[in-house]
Amino acid sequence: MLGKEDERKEEGCLCASGDLLFLACAGGSNVGQISNQAAVELAKEGRGKLFCLAGIGAHIDAMIVAAREIKLVAIDGCPVQCAKKILDHAGLPAALAVVVTDLGIEKSPRLEVEAADCERVVERIKEGLRG
Amino acid sequence: MMKIEVLGTGCAKCKSLAKNVEKAVAEAGVEAEIVKVESLQEIMNRGVMMTPALFIDGEAVAVGRAPSVAEIKGMLKR
Repeated sequence: MLGKEDERKEEGCLCASGDLLFLACAGGSNVGQISNQAAVELAKEGRGKLFCLAGIGAHIDAMIVAAREIKLVAIDGCPVQCAKKILDHAGLPAALAVVVTDLGIEKSPRLEVEAADCERVVERIKEGLRG
Repeated sequence: MMKIEVLGTGCAKCKSLAKNVEKAVAEAGVEAEIVKVESLQEIMNRGVMMTPALFIDGEAVAVGRAPSVAEIKGMLKR
């Protein structure tokens, strides 16, 4: 089933919606992959837009300019917090920063994403946005 | 001559930005080529993930919103 974000893309429009961008570290571990999947789920629910952290890291001007206008949510897998640090380096402080391992999910080199873990991260972010 | 690009696939916001750009250029009295980029593929290949977007001389100055005529005039003076 298509989410709201997919429906807009199907219609061929990138028209900005909402006021949130999700930037996940998407790192090479289970928690990195969970961070990305959580961002995808939130975007599909229409809570905001999945955005390219790599584009910010590469200082692509169109992405930096876009990110300056909108509230940013950094989703990191582990305490190294690459996503948050990339945003800080670009002068784009995150309004909310969530670390997957802070929820008691242990980091491992396995890349499988457990749906229940992803759901916990999604709920934590929703809670953070409400608070 | 200044090159101004309006990137958007043609929705209401994109059209509004194009109109504002035309008005700002006319009011500022600057010589500029205004180009509309409507291909979704080209837009995304430029690193634009939210539209509308405004580029002046190849540099992104607004992305994901349509600046007002007054704001665009300010951008033209930079």
